[in-house]
Amino acid sequence: MKRKPVIVICLALSLSACASLGVKPWERDLLAKDEMALSADPVDLALDDHIYFSKEAASGGRAFAGGGCGCN
Amino acid sequence: MQLNQRNNILGALTAATCTLLGAPAVSQEAQSVEEPWKFDTAILYYGESERVTAVEGVFSATKDFGNEHIFNGKVTIDGLTGASATGAVPQPTAQTFTRPSGKDEYDIAATEIPLDDTFRDTRVQLNGQWTQPAWQDYRVSGGLHVSKEYDYLSMAVNGALAKDFNQRNTTVSLGLSYAFDSIDPEGGRPVAFASMPLKRDFASEQQYQDAFDATRLTGSDDKNTLDLLLGVTQVINRRTIMQLNYGVSAVDGYLTDPFKMLSVVNTQGLTQALVYENRPDNRTRHNVFWQTKYAMDSGVADISYRFTTDDWDIDSHTLDSRLRYNLSPNTYIQPHFRYYQQSAADFYQPYLMASDGLPQFASADYRVGEMTAFTLGVKYGVLLDQGKELAFRLEYYQQDPKNPGFDAPGVLQDLDLYPSVKAVMAQVSYRF
Repeated sequence: MKRKPVIVICLALSLSACASLGVKPWERDLLAKDEMALSADPVDLALDDHIYFSKEAASGGRAFAGGGCGCN
Repeated sequence: MQLNQRNNILGALTAATCTLLGAPAVSQEAQSVEEPWKFDTAILYYGESERVTAVEGVFSATKDFGNEHIFNGKVTIDGLTGASATGAVPQPTAQTFTRPSGKDEYDIAATEIPLDDTFRDTRVQLNGQWTQPAWQDYRVSGGLHVSKEYDYLSMAVNGALAKDFNQRNTTVSLGLSYAFDSIDPEGGRPVAFASMPLKRDFASEQQYQDAFDATRLTGSDDKNTLDLLLGVTQVINRRTIMQLNYGVSAVDGYLTDPFKMLSVVNTQGLTQALVYENRPDNRTRHNVFWQTKYAMDSGVADISYRFTTDDWDIDSHTLDSRLRYNLSPNTYIQPHFRYYQQSAADFYQPYLMASDGLPQFASADYRVGEMTAFTLGVKYGVLLDQGKELAFRLEYYQQDPKNPGFDAPGVLQDLDLYPSVKAVMAQVSYRF
């Protein structure tokens, strides 16, 4: 019974094997859309980052965290 | 067979590791032809109730000179006016404060949270970034950043290297950024924990001026920030892409906010003095960022989570989600929800007790205190011909500072020491 979680984890890992991850070049129709870019709408993201940078103690993650403004 | 099985498990473990690291993957094949300039513009209004109001304009231009040799240049201008919390606690009676310039005073009514309403600043920011392929399956990128406001200058340089694997389904990237910031605040930087002088306590203008000058340091100060960002992006299947980043950021230099102070109170909670804050002069932060995007038939789901931790004892969790739903072939609506939570810095104190003496570091700035925040928003976009797009965004942002465990003395028990901050953001964007 103790082995069950291990087997489940192994199965999950096998299912996500590198070889089976990803697509062929001709299967990129959906991924190629602008809105599927990880940083789609970069202007919105930059404006948000600037607001949260000046109002919260954490910053960065998606991109570099440092530098910026006086931000009162 | 045994060997094959082992290879499979090894492959599986490698895969798990792949998905656990991240950076931007290129989703289109290289274009050898030069493309026309593309422009992204936006204007944003940000307004807090009774506090800061800001208007920010962005003009961004991107050009692919062919074969993915891409330049992006961006100009950002923002204007800020309004009031900002000073860190001082409210009192049952009216309070008087000296402005940061030392030239003037302002009064805060009884029970009101002290806000300094003199903030007025214009900031101009320039960014330039060049990205291009290099060698086989590599991409390099380099950029510059300059931001200037009345009393603050920030300059940064960054570089990144990315490599694609597995038919460009996996991308590993490494980025470095160095920033130099210089600050020369109005009225000078306050001496740590110097007591704020008030004109009425002095017999003459000269005596007051001498006392004020004694609370100030001359010249500007600066800080250096070094960022390292390691990322892995993995295409999972035809509809799903995932990214995982790890970043470390080390800051060294002047990290105190020259406009923030703390109230020194007695056991009745009554203010005895107001002293300028003092923060440590270095900070190291680690962050982990995970993002997944999923292409639906009718739109795109985008969810991300970020964890940060630093040596100021601030841990934060951020959950961000956007769901783009296509209303028609050329219109969409995109609800947005963000939740943020942070713990307090180890030197955060909402006030100082007169009986305790001065600590080495202290700040009453609610932004380094414990808080939760959420954002609720919606964006509506219209796709026009030739790749043009017009979009409108409206968001509500609320910060709820919390008491991280201080027992308020006397009169402070009946006053709101941790008021919420409520803001509205409205944005119009046009892409052409």
